[in-house]
Amino acid sequence: MKRVYMDANATTPLVPEVLDAMRPYFIEHFGNASSIHQQGQHARAAVEQARESVAALVNCRPAEIVFTSGGTESDNMALFGLVGPGDHLITSSIEHHAVLHAAEKLRDRGAEVTFVPVSGEGAVDPQVVRRSIKPNTKLISIMMANNETGVIQPVSEIGRIAAEADIFFHTDAVQAAGKLTIDVQTLRCDLLSISGHKMHAPQGTGVLYVRRGTQLEPLFFGGSHERQRRAGTENLPGIVGLGKAAEIARAALTDGTIQKVAALRNRLEQGVLAQVEETGVNGGNSARVANTTNLYFDNLEGEALVIALDLKGLCTSGGSACASGAAEPSHVLSAMNLTPARARASLRFSLTKQTTEDDIDFALSIIPTAAARLRELAPVNAGTLG
Amino acid sequence: MPQVREANWVSSYNLGLFIMPSTFNNTVAVAMSGGVDSSTVAAMLKDESYELVGLTLQLWNQRRLAGKEGMPEQVQGRCCSIDDVYDARRVAENLGIPYYLLNEQERFEEQVVRPFVREYLAGRTPIPCSLCNNHLKFDQLLIRARQIGADRIATGHYARNEYDPERNRWILKRPADTSKDQTYFLFGLTQDQLSRTLFPLGNYTKPEVREIAREHALALASKPDSQEICFIPGGDYKKFIDAYLDEQGEPLPDSSGELVSTTGEVIGHHQGIHNFTVGQRKGLGLSSPTPLYVIQIDNASNKVTVGNESETTIQTLRARDLNWISIASLDGPMRVKAKIRHRHEPAWATIEMVGDGEVLATFDDPQRAVTPGQSAVFYDNDEVIGGGWIL
Repeated sequence: MKRVYMDANATTPLVPEVLDAMRPYFIEHFGNASSIHQQGQHARAAVEQARESVAALVNCRPAEIVFTSGGTESDNMALFGLVGPGDHLITSSIEHHAVLHAAEKLRDRGAEVTFVPVSGEGAVDPQVVRRSIKPNTKLISIMMANNETGVIQPVSEIGRIAAEADIFFHTDAVQAAGKLTIDVQTLRCDLLSISGHKMHAPQGTGVLYVRRGTQLEPLFFGGSHERQRRAGTENLPGIVGLGKAAEIARAALTDGTIQKVAALRNRLEQGVLAQVEETGVNGGNSARVANTTNLYFDNLEGEALVIALDLKGLCTSGGSACASGAAEPSHVLSAMNLTPARARASLRFSLTKQTTEDDIDFALSIIPTAAARLRELAPVNAGTLG
Repeated sequence: MPQVREANWVSSYNLGLFIMPSTFNNTVAVAMSGGVDSSTVAAMLKDESYELVGLTLQLWNQRRLAGKEGMPEQVQGRCCSIDDVYDARRVAENLGIPYYLLNEQERFEEQVVRPFVREYLAGRTPIPCSLCNNHLKFDQLLIRARQIGADRIATGHYARNEYDPERNRWILKRPADTSKDQTYFLFGLTQDQLSRTLFPLGNYTKPEVREIAREHALALASKPDSQEICFIPGGDYKKFIDAYLDEQGEPLPDSSGELVSTTGEVIGHHQGIHNFTVGQRKGLGLSSPTPLYVIQIDNASNKVTVGNESETTIQTLRARDLNWISIASLDGPMRVKAKIRHRHEPAWATIEMVGDGEVLATFDDPQRAVTPGQSAVFYDNDEVIGGGWIL
């Protein structure tokens, strides 16, 4: 069966160049980057080259890049590394759970946390962030682009507010990396998280940018890896893959790829809106990353539409996936004041850089009929007894 | 290797009658709980030519009331726990069928848990499994299955269904393994639901099902059967009601009252009518030379009447919210065997319609512990005629 993948915000496939770059580092150049011998030296060189590639993607010094196991670890390292009991943390109600649940844990441990709301269009208001600042505010953590809606957050303005108030600023750029130009100098952020597998590098790789001079308490203790910021032998093939993916992502920012993805996304979006009644775009009036659209289909259950589309060969997602795999109403859409019914009737389509016109045609050929079938068989309260 | 025996749902397809499923597609959604029965169903149907989709209903969060007074700190739920979902998913993966978890927690709470609590507080003894079958498994699950492209569902219930062209009705029958008979909980199925449901275990005994599971190398072939009410892991429904009401911020209504004898004499007091069920002997807090049983619970006066075993028997019952399966309607007195609780041996009775949508069953021999809130299900040999809820 033809399968079309439109769930890039969950994960992306490796591109062949990334796999090719990684391949020698499993068997041939398998060394431990901390070793003295030449196998170790070769590994070290590969790690440092990858660090330079990632640094170039976000415009920082290589020494400011810490390799991690992924976006979740990077977010946790940023929050737990800076915020202690009595400190105040400002974050938003639409952050990824890696930030949200870390913030809740910090609150349990005696930190003070403010979750700023978002507009109905899914954007944080920088002035609300500014007004939330207190004398004990230690860190502001606001994502660069939202994973569910794709809405781009006003991080440059928030970075300026944080810098003027002399407060640390972290941004979760997991959904921005490879889709938007990231410049930590203009963002004026101190910490920035990236996940490898959202940009065609392998799962289990990530980055935390740490501005020089920022004192972070590590999460892991052990060896002196990553300038004593993250103990543990480097994930050599993964890091090499991440470096290669960063190079590719950086090139794609200026070669027209992003515009092509945006055109495909817009065609999908407009096609659905034209062909399916009672639909709309969540966050559609905000600036969004090019690959994402979050659509509501009123009067049906999004959970069932995701399954119906999957069985027809189209991979999408509803609410955020959770451990058990059952869809909970999205905290992001709820924070945008969608009714619970509309939040549950919403689907996310997130395109990869490999999405084609044919893929969009395919999606538009199955979505209207699948939605119609769901509505036709909508659960009425048909219980027979009791 | 034993295969699906007497595939009645296949052989009876092409008769062209209005209820015939001749237009049903070949895709079947298997309701997978993570237990051995439904897992074996998936394995058996996989050997047939069906396109399968595995579905699990996430009905209740087992951690929700954990740690409240009287509830276990660590729950090992028999249903809907992460472990069971994991088991179901592994079976689906091993069989190579797509698998999805459906979040139906809100509906389950609204249509099963709340009525369960409400019934006990009203002095009745509810059957959550029947409510779940009526509102979740054969209603919502079937709707979901049809929405995603499966015209029929299959479940691991021990029951048989077949189409009878002479009556032009779908018939629900007791299974080959009468010790596992679940038809008592299935009396609410409509003709449409029956026509769209496969019960592949109906012709097998439980040991045979375990054997089939082993032949399919299902790791859970020896997994213990579930026994208790799925959302009450410890089995103590009174503590569950306390914990649930506490979570909801609703006070436990004061339904304390008098314990009275059949002659009306007050012989004690009780702490609430929800602690009692008709026929109950233990936990009355009374000393008596002969064992005493609950005979009646009056939710208006909160009086609980107790008496000797001989006084617990009753000759007639009335039931309402009826559903007929083998007949279109009950048009005159009918001789049946009536079953009034899950472990009850069906007893001869005559049923007839009385009043507004109620059935009166008159037993040949008086029956013990006819319990309001339970259901009365009427049988003609192996066939389920229909049933209703005891008043």
